[in-house]
Amino acid sequence: MKITMAHGSGGKSTSELIGTIFEKEFSDPTLSKMEDSAVLPGSGRIALTTDSFVVTPLFFPGGDIGRLCICGTVNDLLMSGAEPKYITCGFILEEGADTDDLRKIAHSMSETAKEAGVRIVAGDTKVVEGKGGVYINTAGVGFVPEGVDIGAENCREGDVILLSGNLGDHHAAVLSKRMGIENTIVSDCAPLVEMVNAMKRSSVHIHAMRDVTRGGLGTVLNEFAASSNCTIELQEESLPVSDQVRAFCGVLGLDPLYMGNEGKMVAVVAAEDAEKALACIRASRYGENAAVIGRVLAGDSAVLLKTPIGGTRVVGPLYGEGLPRIC
Amino acid sequence: MTDIRTFLKNYDGPKVRLMEVCGTHTASISKNGIVCMLSPNIQLISGPGCPVCVTVTAYIDRLTELCMQPNTIVLTFGDLMRVPGTERNLNDAKAAGGSVRMVYSPLDALRYAEENPQLTCVFAAVGFETTAAVYASLLQEALQKEIKNFRLLTSLKVMPPVLDWVCANQGGIDGFIAPGHVSVITGWKIYEPLAKKYNIPFVVSGFEGGQLLETIYALVKLRGMPRVMNLYPSVVTENGNEEALRAMADCFEPCPAAWRGMGVIPDSGLRLHGEYAMFDAGSDGLLQDHSFNTNCRCAKVLTGAVSPTQCPLFGRVCTPQTPQGACMVSQEGSCYNYYISGRGSK
Repeated sequence: MKITMAHGSGGKSTSELIGTIFEKEFSDPTLSKMEDSAVLPGSGRIALTTDSFVVTPLFFPGGDIGRLCICGTVNDLLMSGAEPKYITCGFILEEGADTDDLRKIAHSMSETAKEAGVRIVAGDTKVVEGKGGVYINTAGVGFVPEGVDIGAENCREGDVILLSGNLGDHHAAVLSKRMGIENTIVSDCAPLVEMVNAMKRSSVHIHAMRDVTRGGLGTVLNEFAASSNCTIELQEESLPVSDQVRAFCGVLGLDPLYMGNEGKMVAVVAAEDAEKALACIRASRYGENAAVIGRVLAGDSAVLLKTPIGGTRVVGPLYGEGLPRIC
Repeated sequence: MTDIRTFLKNYDGPKVRLMEVCGTHTASISKNGIVCMLSPNIQLISGPGCPVCVTVTAYIDRLTELCMQPNTIVLTFGDLMRVPGTERNLNDAKAAGGSVRMVYSPLDALRYAEENPQLTCVFAAVGFETTAAVYASLLQEALQKEIKNFRLLTSLKVMPPVLDWVCANQGGIDGFIAPGHVSVITGWKIYEPLAKKYNIPFVVSGFEGGQLLETIYALVKLRGMPRVMNLYPSVVTENGNEEALRAMADCFEPCPAAWRGMGVIPDSGLRLHGEYAMFDAGSDGLLQDHSFNTNCRCAKVLTGAVSPTQCPLFGRVCTPQTPQGACMVSQEGSCYNYYISGRGSK
């Protein structure tokens, strides 16, 4: 069935859509009450985040917009040291969207939420004119335990920088699908709960943490360097990138340092905790290719990269849109 | 390789100024951090080998006009979207309702034209010999399949005449890192007349960091000698890709071309001819160049007369987010690369 403007009327069609797809797939007692707001338990410091998802295509190798919207929100909460708890989702559907696709998306959201240990507790649906597009906005709530202080401004001289896995998989998978290029690259779209919890359980002192999404690693590290007023030095050879993604980048002139990921994080930890942290991440789901990629030095705000042939260059933030080269 | 690195770092002979011509070389030099591996007596300067950077405003203006015409769409590589025209760039034109679509390869442009026969599809065909060879094979396909709604707005250029211009007008260059991609098509022999005329070595180089170091080493050693050396023998031959050259001759003929900041150089361009002329979207006579900001040194940067960092706008008014000239737009542009990699800041 196709979505029509009637599905956004607030009347019977809307109720049916919500009942047969969203309520069914999300199956949460609070959501099922259909009250104007979800009333939930919680205490302490709240972490609150929101994000909108507008990816094309809706389904791509390794994931879909549903998995993406849960992972993105869960990971944002995790990176501030919070334990993710609740998620809300607002669907903006264009006329002509397919209800089978919506069901798949909702199912994927539900499965991912279960994996990440969060509940989808409130939602909204609107229908607009268009060509069958699906857009999702999410909000996420988590709670930050006492004593946790993770932030971009906390990088200190001597700290070690860890990356949880290969760069560029999501970006390359989506771009390949969009361009009709056949390869076996799959998106890394994943919730990073297990690896973050493993580090916390092992009492790793995490100073700063970010998931490496749009803008790529280069942009994240520039934000760290600027917030902490320090120099970050990377070893190019230690940056994990799969052979396939490397080849893909070579053909299109893309730089893995600026490619988006949806299941990778960079963590800055105290030097004495580096080995322990690396072991925690590597033993976790989605962390098998984790690596130490650099360290924090005293000095002005800058990110430097040591190249394999012995050169050094500055790594700036992403400028423009990271477009393929033209010749 | 260790010996080469040591030599290049400690070189204390006469000062050597080497020009890397190709934009991809400029990008690779930045990416590999090569400048800090060289003695201060070895200076690298960037030449006019980024096709976006040498594009004149008349060409951009024509594209922005075309995209506003009914039933017409302009298909372009992403880099061209932000190159300033006299009043606006393609991004601005698109926002104002112009029909512009970004493509990742010229092949996509032809496919798009095939799938949308109701639209006149104008592809913004910029580039050097390497890209011209690709366009030639596309046009042969378009002719064969009778795809009548496909057009090229060409700003195609060839290398030897502009290198001659640079040598004649911009002294003090002791050697050229000759472009690898172009040489795949043309062969390395095309540099011989220039090497002899100006007593300068040319070394054809690959794009890996190690290959560039070997090339720089060879050029320092060959200083003052009229030699052409091919250090990219896996893909570059003496006479190039003859099939591609035949296809190019089939589709294009030499014409005068305007180079940003250098003016019009005779026979340095390619235009459609013969039965392929019907694919032209009105490319002739787009020779005018408008100066945007009187302090912009793009013209001198492109000929290696000044380094990007010597431009008063560099890093202040002119950044990748607010490019004043084309050299800051393209990922292969000199100014862009100097800016993002910190090259020239030490």
